[in-house]
Amino acid sequence: MVVFDKPHALTDTPFHYCPGCTHGIIHRLVAEVLDELGIEGKTIGIAPVGCSVMAYNYFNCDMIEAAHGRAPAVATGVKRANPDNIVFSYQGDGDLASIGMAETVHAAARNENITVIFINNAIYGMTGGQMAPTSLVGQVTQTSPYGRDPKMCGYPVKICEMLSQLEGPEYLERVTVNSVKNARRAKAAIKKAFENQIAGKGFSLVEVLSSCPTNWGMTPDAALKWIDDKMIPYYPLGVYKDRSAKEEN
Amino acid sequence: MADKVLMKGNEAIAEAAIIAGCRHYFGYPITPQTEIAAYMAKRMPKIGGTFLQAESELAAISMVYGVSSCGYRVMTSSSSPGISLKSEGLSYLAGADLPALVVNVQRGGPGLGGIQPSQSDYFQATRGGGHGDYHMIVLAPASVQEMAELTVKGFELADKYRMTSMILADGTMGQMMEPVALDLKVNPAPEKPWATTGTKLSRKHNIVNSLSLVPEELESQNFARFERYKTVEENETMYEEYMTEDAEIIIAAFGIAARVSKNAINAARREGIKVGLIRPITLWPFPKAPFARAAKTAKAMISVELSMGQMIEDVKLASECRVPVTLCNRAGGMIPSPEQVLEAIRAAAKNGGNK
Amino acid sequence: MKEIQFLFSGFGGQGILFAGKFLAYKALVEGKQLSWLPSYGPEMRGGTASCSVIIGDDPVGSPIVSHPDVLVAMNLPSLDRFESAVVPGGTIFLDSTLIGRKVNRTDVNVVAVPATKLANENGFPTLANMILVGKILAELGQFTETGVDGALAKVISAKHADMLEVNKKALKLGADYKGE
Repeated sequence: MVVFDKPHALTDTPFHYCPGCTHGIIHRLVAEVLDELGIEGKTIGIAPVGCSVMAYNYFNCDMIEAAHGRAPAVATGVKRANPDNIVFSYQGDGDLASIGMAETVHAAARNENITVIFINNAIYGMTGGQMAPTSLVGQVTQTSPYGRDPKMCGYPVKICEMLSQLEGPEYLERVTVNSVKNARRAKAAIKKAFENQIAGKGFSLVEVLSSCPTNWGMTPDAALKWIDDKMIPYYPLGVYKDRSAKEEN
Repeated sequence: MADKVLMKGNEAIAEAAIIAGCRHYFGYPITPQTEIAAYMAKRMPKIGGTFLQAESELAAISMVYGVSSCGYRVMTSSSSPGISLKSEGLSYLAGADLPALVVNVQRGGPGLGGIQPSQSDYFQATRGGGHGDYHMIVLAPASVQEMAELTVKGFELADKYRMTSMILADGTMGQMMEPVALDLKVNPAPEKPWATTGTKLSRKHNIVNSLSLVPEELESQNFARFERYKTVEENETMYEEYMTEDAEIIIAAFGIAARVSKNAINAARREGIKVGLIRPITLWPFPKAPFARAAKTAKAMISVELSMGQMIEDVKLASECRVPVTLCNRAGGMIPSPEQVLEAIRAAAKNGGNK
Repeated sequence: MKEIQFLFSGFGGQGILFAGKFLAYKALVEGKQLSWLPSYGPEMRGGTASCSVIIGDDPVGSPIVSHPDVLVAMNLPSLDRFESAVVPGGTIFLDSTLIGRKVNRTDVNVVAVPATKLANENGFPTLANMILVGKILAELGQFTETGVDGALAKVISAKHADMLEVNKKALKLGADYKGE
């Protein structure tokens, strides 16, 4: 008999996330992977600034809270000092693609042997719904009340596409968790990103399109559908780089 | 004693750090401290350490934060504009109670400023630099030997009190060569049960964190931190006194300014003027006691600085304004000459303490 | 010995810092107190370079030499800039190949050596600096084999060990130079 249980790598602390937010699902997927690979005891996670700032309360492994955007640099320090540990950062779009863009790009360029879980929900959630670097053209937010105007604010940043141009990174994939099927695919990508690190292959980033019903002003259901209708057309799912697979072919 | 070697101040810091057990260095190029990075780039790979040229000062200090979280001795170095960038990380290190060594080989400012020596980051260093209530232990070497010794001391104090130690040097100290003895005594790092090294599933997870959303908790953390700072003030204040026994005029100066002042004091003594020097070695904690003591007998004090007058405020506070304190300074990368300091001494002697 | 404050000045690339370093290492080998302080700036080559060296028996105070006992001027701008700074009774050593004018001061000693010319004639065109240093040591009565050998061994890295002999030759050439 299969009993649905909480992964060991998650603490008993209840999530603080809003109803319908997919952070909880993604936390669980990461924790399941830590369990399945048997690496919780040697994993060090880096939490960002943003909605998942308190991720350190939810993961049972050792955790470090970084300054806004600096998680890949903190992870770099940790990994260089402890190459035998498994190091991951968990970052939102403001953290990773705006204030921490330099840290992201350079960790990727160095092919730093870390795993990055990138939550793209096209909005600054914790501060109450401001325009993110990944907010879509026309998207209404607190700081783009008339819709994101590319003439004023440029275009949303496509992290996987951008990083795929670099020689450095090992593995880049964009997934989402808005259906069971997609969540399974996401877990496989996350697992691969950790396996790559265990094998010493280098920088692996999984971008997860995520929902923010609260700040998008939608029901949880509508938010999941919005990912299909609006986000995926601009941020197509798929593998953007997989050096080892390419070399094997 | 070991044979002395000739080294630049910057190189002495780097070698002393290695002697102190530091195996992780992160930096970003900036004059006049680049020799530290160059030295580390050469040495670290040979001793199994990490040298990494970071993409920015922000990244470098965050890498330091990561290594320190894991419990290792770690350092970064920069010069004034780079320290402003690192100030974000300095605040986070303080908030997470992490030890680290940060070197500031100061240059003239503000802004991009120049590349010549300066002491105009005194406020930034002694008041913390970044946001929030915190202090760093600030060490001000005045010789290449002290560059080495205070680097070791800096690591030890950082570990002991879970604080950042800052070496506040200047371009002259970094660039000059003097003989230095490297037979430095080192206390190894203490156990760090708080470090994030992996739970091995055998203990509760460790969290390194500076976020604290409940004000009552954050307040008590601040109170506890400042209790610790009080211990530092009581136990770790360092200074040098030079010819102060009978001094009617007291010069306050640190680093290169103290070296220049000694020349002026020797010249003034030949003229019969009773003048001495109090040289703070720790700028935070500031050595209040010798100034308070001297204020009872001295007629005047002179703060000699490579800035528009920053340490002078601490001198006035420490002497409780019992004696007039004047400023003898150059700024923007200029260094007061012994003649300028001598003139200030003569003026103070003539005025007999009357401003 | 009484403390001596040296100021070396010339173009970047003339070995100004190296000459100062050699003196510093010699003082180290001889167990003296010393400091060596370079000017530093964005001009790595071709600009003006200077360096302060102080040698004595007592700990050095300020490492900055603003009134040298010994000025070593290897080009005209250096002489123009620092001639007036030399202490009365001090000495100016100059490279007379590159400096066309006479020293105006009458209260200082002047030792002119055609260092660049001698260096070129003897097949080590980059060692005019060491010819001047040799002359300085001779004038100060401090040219000792052990000091010179010891300092050269320290200031010249093992990688450039082939440069030891030629540097010593240049030093001797300067020391033995008796005037034009």
